[in-house]
Amino acid sequence: MKRIWAALWLILLAAGLVGVYERLAQGHRVAGYTSNVPWGLWVALYMSLMGLSAGAFLLSNLAYVFNVKALRRVGRLGLLTALVSLIAALFAIWFDLGHMARFWKVFLRPNFASPMAWMVWLYTAYFVTLAGELWYAIRADLVRAADGDGIQARVARRLTFGNRDLTQQAMERDAHRVRLLGTIGVPLAIAFNAGSGVLFAVVEARPYWNSAVLPILFLVSALTTGGALLTFLVAFLTRDKGGETHRQTVAFLGRLTLGFLVLDLLLQVSELLVGLNTTVPGHGDAVRWMLAGPGWWSFWLVTVLAGAVVPIVMLTRRGASVSQMGTAGLLIAVSFVAVRLNIVVPGLVVPPLAGLPAAYVEPRLAFHYAPSAMEWLVALFIVIVGVGLFHLGRNVLPVAGENRREA
Amino acid sequence: MTALREARGGAGAVGTEAVGAASGNGVTSRRDLLRKAGVALAAVAVAEILETSEALSVVHAEALPGGSSAGAKPAVSVPAAPLASPGSEWRSNVLRMQDELAAALKKPLAERRWGMVIDRRKCVGCMSCTVACKAENGLPPGVVYRPVIEEEMGTYPAVGRRFTPRPCMQCENPPCVPVCPVHATYRQPDGVVVIDYEQCIGCRYCITACPYGARGFDFGEYYTTRTPEVQPYELSPSHEYGKKWVRKGERSPVGNARKCQFCLHRLNAGMLPACVTTCIGGATYFGDLKLAGSLVSEMIGQESASRLRDELGTRPAVYYLG
Repeated sequence: MKRIWAALWLILLAAGLVGVYERLAQGHRVAGYTSNVPWGLWVALYMSLMGLSAGAFLLSNLAYVFNVKALRRVGRLGLLTALVSLIAALFAIWFDLGHMARFWKVFLRPNFASPMAWMVWLYTAYFVTLAGELWYAIRADLVRAADGDGIQARVARRLTFGNRDLTQQAMERDAHRVRLLGTIGVPLAIAFNAGSGVLFAVVEARPYWNSAVLPILFLVSALTTGGALLTFLVAFLTRDKGGETHRQTVAFLGRLTLGFLVLDLLLQVSELLVGLNTTVPGHGDAVRWMLAGPGWWSFWLVTVLAGAVVPIVMLTRRGASVSQMGTAGLLIAVSFVAVRLNIVVPGLVVPPLAGLPAAYVEPRLAFHYAPSAMEWLVALFIVIVGVGLFHLGRNVLPVAGENRREA
Repeated sequence: MTALREARGGAGAVGTEAVGAASGNGVTSRRDLLRKAGVALAAVAVAEILETSEALSVVHAEALPGGSSAGAKPAVSVPAAPLASPGSEWRSNVLRMQDELAAALKKPLAERRWGMVIDRRKCVGCMSCTVACKAENGLPPGVVYRPVIEEEMGTYPAVGRRFTPRPCMQCENPPCVPVCPVHATYRQPDGVVVIDYEQCIGCRYCITACPYGARGFDFGEYYTTRTPEVQPYELSPSHEYGKKWVRKGERSPVGNARKCQFCLHRLNAGMLPACVTTCIGGATYFGDLKLAGSLVSEMIGQESASRLRDELGTRPAVYYLG
């Protein structure tokens, strides 16, 4: 079984690498976005991964900062998920840049009037906090794993950075620092996620985006997808599967996810109803495009069916099995890329000036968007690298199960 | 100049004569008529070109530091009277705008406010401006600084068409500027919103923020890619912002946002923007809105003057008449 997964991973990685090669060799010439719909799949993927990161991080810190006991087993796995998602998200947006080699300019000459500059600085602060918190959460186990041979021990030795203190005092200090960094990280994660919503919401040129619900929706979507992914990961990838505690943890995560999902749907329906019934008809064009435009299926089949109806049924069924709840989680986490895509694209396909689409007609000025093969392959590469990093982290770092000192 | 004008008048006379001969006298053969008319038109054309280029060279010389004696005029002045040009309001307007341009260039940057007035009643929708702009700025597929929006109103037979050329509005409150994460786009003291191609990271946030759809992304494509050879004109440098830009590989401006900048490189050389000089209907006016008595400042005082989406508070420097 392991071999099959490894082979599948390698095949998908190879396919993804084809996309990456195309992207690097051809630049944006093989992309599906246009001058008029300048953002697409990668921006949606980036938003999804950022949401996963923030969601997983916030839920982990329910255990570390808010002492929610039911999530104790999730803490470290959640932090690893958050870290890997963050790295993958940054990859997604990096590939999207017109000049990849200039990304550092955001650090050296930031314009703090731009929400985008704020995002980058918040991510950086979050990255450091998150990495620090994860390290303090696993340090004691790293020290324990450092004795012995094999790759895990060697990596563990490296990662202790010479701090091998296992006294009670040292471990209490670790726990304190985890809590401290979590306390710093929670507002950061909230800020950068709601901030991504702000990034869109401030663009008044796009009435569809220009809504104060958007930042809140981003935050709730983060919690929904973060919870959903953790439900899946805990259901299928924890080492001590089968026990009643395991089942309870998954069920708790599932219920949490369900709650967030319902709240998320409420916000989405609110946006949708307001959009459909605006007294200035033009402002509802984006919503109508989403419901009945060429990408109708991404809303009705992916978001409504696969992302809401099916998982809600699976999560609310009496006596739902662990694997059912886990599958529901995966469905939600993956299908939410469509939710993000349906925030980005409908906002852009509506021309800011009537008559503009016919004023000068060529493919790169089109007011519609479908991701190109290259874009899909690069997206696949990002996801597959994320999966690989997660697998590596899970096998090399002592993240599975709960912290021993908390047991 | 006088000699040229005479030549033009003379040529015009030949032309009139030829046409007159054609209509009044059936003896003149068709070939004769065409020949005469051809000569006449050619003469007019040559005279026009010479006259215009002379006017251009005068302005050019004035614009250059330490230029010719033409620079002896007072530093800031509005020519008292436009150069007389019988029969051509547009020509006199062009010459007047060129003189005003030269005058504006002598003022400090911050005291200029470049502006444009587009008379939609005169626009015939020929799209010469669009094409001239494409050529002047070396614009690739996906980038068009000045499309012309067409509208049809009424029902047959009472039908009207209206054309709205849409350059960058060079807003006083440009929504595209604050969103740039790296200060790569900004508003110059003379009101022109520019992009520093060397700083732009290509995130495209500015493109989404423009309420006029006036920004595009340079995907690095050529129009002649799927032909036997990418034509040299697509690889020859453009001169935006007074620098040489060769679009090759991933070098800027490839991978950057791009936009109309009122042909700053031409302005600084004393020339009007390409869309203005190529407008066959004489529908586009350009100049310094802060220069008292300038043609554009006079025109925006008209009651029909309006700005696109003025309700947004962006305060464009592009005005429309009609």
